[in-house]
Amino acid sequence: MAVGPASIARPAPAVDRRVSPRRVLEREGAFSWIMLAPGVLFLLAFVAYPFFYGIYLSLQDRPVAKPGLFVGLANFVNLAHDAVFWQVTRNTFLYVAVTTVLKLLGGLGMALVMNQAFRARNIVRALLLLPFIVPTILSTIAWMWIFDPTFSVINWTLVNTGLVAKGFSWLGNATLAMVAIIIVNTWRGIPFYGISILAGLQTISPDLYEAAAIDGASINQRFWHVTMPIIKPILIIVTMFSVIFTFADFQIVYALTHGGPANATQVFVTYAYDLGMSAGQLGMGAAAALTMLPALILLIIGLTLYLRRE
Amino acid sequence: MVGGRRFGTRLVRLYLPLVVCMILMLFPFYWMLITSIKPNRELYSQKVMPLIVHQPTLKHYYDLLSETNFVTWTYNTLLVAVVTTVVSLILGTMMAYPLARMKFPGAAIVAIGVAATYLVPQPLLFIPMADIINRLDLGNTLTAVMLTYPTLLIPFCAWLLMGYFKSVPRELEEAARIDGASRFQAMARIVLPLCTPGLLSAGIFAFTLAQNEFLYALIFLAKSDVRTVPVGAITELIRGDVFYWGQLMAAALLGSVPVAIIYSFFVDYYVAGLTAGSVKS
Repeated sequence: MAVGPASIARPAPAVDRRVSPRRVLEREGAFSWIMLAPGVLFLLAFVAYPFFYGIYLSLQDRPVAKPGLFVGLANFVNLAHDAVFWQVTRNTFLYVAVTTVLKLLGGLGMALVMNQAFRARNIVRALLLLPFIVPTILSTIAWMWIFDPTFSVINWTLVNTGLVAKGFSWLGNATLAMVAIIIVNTWRGIPFYGISILAGLQTISPDLYEAAAIDGASINQRFWHVTMPIIKPILIIVTMFSVIFTFADFQIVYALTHGGPANATQVFVTYAYDLGMSAGQLGMGAAAALTMLPALILLIIGLTLYLRRE
Repeated sequence: MVGGRRFGTRLVRLYLPLVVCMILMLFPFYWMLITSIKPNRELYSQKVMPLIVHQPTLKHYYDLLSETNFVTWTYNTLLVAVVTTVVSLILGTMMAYPLARMKFPGAAIVAIGVAATYLVPQPLLFIPMADIINRLDLGNTLTAVMLTYPTLLIPFCAWLLMGYFKSVPRELEEAARIDGASRFQAMARIVLPLCTPGLLSAGIFAFTLAQNEFLYALIFLAKSDVRTVPVGAITELIRGDVFYWGQLMAAALLGSVPVAIIYSFFVDYYVAGLTAGSVKS
């Protein structure tokens, strides 16, 4: 068949109106759902199903490798009567609250320092982000050695500068163990806050500061009335993300203290791990993990609503 | 002395806080490095000044590589990280593209679902997941972690990429469609190439997330030859109450190298990925 200008002018052949796979793919809905299907099915099978299966497990007395026995809410009732559970709840909230405040202040400080012009700023930024990049367990191993009861470098420094007579047992003392996990979590999290806030600071036009300075605003006033309003959305979003992930932290506590001494640093996830995996009580473990859900749902809804409003 | 006063202000406002910041953030890595090259008599002595190495040795590295399964763990970690990153990037792209650029029934529900799965943390799922992996008879296989890591990575990739895909003007795609490109061709030849920075960001971030994963690996991988570096180091270099500190530090340092290399090449993309969620572009 000759291909010429005439063939372009001809109306579309009737054949094309038949339903062919190619034509179906051109429909927006069909194309979208074919693209979505593998991911959606995967997430349904490996996120949604385990989630509901977890709720089902939490209503059972279910030792590993044995059939479960339906016990209703007995696991939750048991938890509510367990002093350790309430200690775990207090520990987790303390851990999240203190680390969040420290990370927010530290990150803001880091961002303000980094927002000045200096040579090699990109290299410094890359180095400062390292604690957040390196696999958590591996950097926590370094911290285990820093907090070692006998060979702690912190103790060595304190003793040799004459500040204390005898070193602390960092991970053996209930209060100090909590301090230790807070230090490590803060250390790892500050760069995330710092670099995110820095990105926000860099969107602020210098003109705004100049205008404020001409109007006679002091450094403090400039910070509270120019900087703060602009970076506030970033502060809120970064903080909420960080709270959600700190709430669910496992690695630092597991490696550093295993929740000890005597549950002094036990948090929700290590507690659920001990019940479900170490003790092999899947039902109790699933129930302990689910007790995080109400607080998490509030956080997630809060974050989603905020993101939508922005 | 205007110059002197300027330097004074710079010192207080920039150099001093910067040095303090650097020391606090980087000291643990320095500590890792020098511990890994100290001989045991320096490590386990309270008399020797610990902040520097007096007689460096590579013995811990030699022992780590010859006496433990460290090489196998590294191979496992990298294999799992690469496979799960590629799979998650592909599936994440396939989800993000229609969600960002198409109108279709159910779009809102899927978008909320992706956000929810991104935010719902793994600790809510690990106990039921352990039972599911057991029933599938996948315990002690790398398949177990290859199946579960994408649950963390796909929602993240999809979430991040949606923002990038939305930023490509519709006109470009429409022009391609008028020229006869199918929807798939318009995506593969027009939109995806324009979103290369986004794909790089998502890929690098997913790779570091996969290297950082610990909970699933700890639960599913109980045999030495299938372990990843974090699990191998924490379970096998600490035997009972005996800590092999030199080897532990060597493992921590070597285990961080792949991530650090990738990161150093693509640091800008990493930062872009990090801030994409929190900073409006």
